[in-house]
Amino acid sequence: MPRYLHVQAPEHGVRLVTLQRPEALNALCTELLAELASELDSAERDEQTRAVVITGSRKAFAAGADIGEMAERDLVGILNDPRVGHWQRIAAFAKPLIAAVNGYALGGGCELVMCADIVIAGDDARFGQPEINLGIMPGAGGTQRLLRAVGKPLAMQMVLTGEAITARHALQAGLVSEITQPELTVERALQVARSIAAKAPLAVRLAKEALLKAGDTDLASGLRFERHAFTLLAGTADRDEGIRAFQEKRPAQFKGR
Amino acid sequence: MTFEHILFSIEDGVALLSLNRPEQLNSFNTQMHLEVREALKQVRQSDQARVLLLTGEGRGFCAGQDLSDRNVAPGAAMPDLGESIERFYNPMVRTLRDLPLPVICAVNGVAAGAGANIPLACDLVLAARSASFIQAFCKIGLVPDSGGTWLLPRLVGMARAKALAMLGERLSAEQAERWGLIHRVVDDAELRDEALALARHLASQPTYGLALIKRSLNASFDNSFDQQLEMERDLQRLAGRSEDYREGVSAFMNKRTPEFKGR
Repeated sequence: MPRYLHVQAPEHGVRLVTLQRPEALNALCTELLAELASELDSAERDEQTRAVVITGSRKAFAAGADIGEMAERDLVGILNDPRVGHWQRIAAFAKPLIAAVNGYALGGGCELVMCADIVIAGDDARFGQPEINLGIMPGAGGTQRLLRAVGKPLAMQMVLTGEAITARHALQAGLVSEITQPELTVERALQVARSIAAKAPLAVRLAKEALLKAGDTDLASGLRFERHAFTLLAGTADRDEGIRAFQEKRPAQFKGR
Repeated sequence: MTFEHILFSIEDGVALLSLNRPEQLNSFNTQMHLEVREALKQVRQSDQARVLLLTGEGRGFCAGQDLSDRNVAPGAAMPDLGESIERFYNPMVRTLRDLPLPVICAVNGVAAGAGANIPLACDLVLAARSASFIQAFCKIGLVPDSGGTWLLPRLVGMARAKALAMLGERLSAEQAERWGLIHRVVDDAELRDEALALARHLASQPTYGLALIKRSLNASFDNSFDQQLEMERDLQRLAGRSEDYREGVSAFMNKRTPEFKGR
């Protein structure tokens, strides 16, 4: 049983994972990260799970890393930090990951948001990388994914000043895909997740992979990858079913084959 | 925290916050700011408070910033007035606008400077007949703050907003009512009773729904029509799940008086 997560068994193909460390505004201590990485591993193996929604509390998605824990590590300790591996496993999750963000998403919390594929935010959410205020800097993608998401000037401003931005600003900048009333954030994220979970799983998986390729390769290679992935789907039963259902004007029954 | 410069209580669902530096027409100094901040925090955290009533003791409502705190000596460094706005006034008016309950302001006397704009950030404003609103900022080279430049044109239109802000003339309560700046003028002797009666009435109403109404109307100034329609859909979804809605419908069907709980 995870200590810092509440996990709801998949319903309509969607697993809901809630960060639960209220005494620390869901600060991402190593144990929490490890639990999250294992949870995503298990969601990836589970055929019933076709998408995962990750959320925090009404007040905080996650307000950063665990500072006390970080203070105890010296150079060698950080060199051998197990967190790096946990972050890699989280980022490598192959099924759609949707973040439902209310309140603070700061530091590691903001970096976790950026590991998600889709971000639904309550309209009073705040996003920021305040590491610089502590004489450190983002260490889990905050300088890389943020720049790719919002562009250089805003990424620089956020990382170098540590000042947070509002949900509206984050939406404009492209960090967030949709904002909603805070009470409905999780509900909306679940709706989006269910819609995805109803599609052909192999198509979803390859489409996610192709989209992520766009962020870290040149256009020609990206287009080549896209074409290969597109071709791969031609061999699947779900493609035949999807096209036939469309022509016969009925809902498709996808099997993941 | 014991309060010296404000009176504060929560009774029968009504949080009453009264500015209490009558000798200085309830103008703000740092201590009063800190006390108001603490009281607003208590209102937000209280599960008893369903309405906030804001008013002032003595003959004035609030004369804005206490300028004896702000005296600029000749040759002294330029003050950063933005700092006290950022630290105190902006968080205060934001809190008043964002509080998830109706905020009534009873303007008992002169409301000048920030004191003229704080009521405008509230939801329902009553004013004593002898009260007045003065955008005094322009007389000393300043800009209306506490949301004044945003709220005024939306309440009275740009032409009147500019005249008020640039001339700094006294606007009587009656004129303010005619212009739509405030909800209603009440005879001086009756102001407090009327405001309390209004507060008690609202505290017995479905205050969760009222808070959603407040949220949607506040957002309407920023939203496009389409965004607002979507917001109405979302807020109605929330309202429809409230206990008060269920109670309201059930009371209506059974022809009895509803008992709302504010959730």
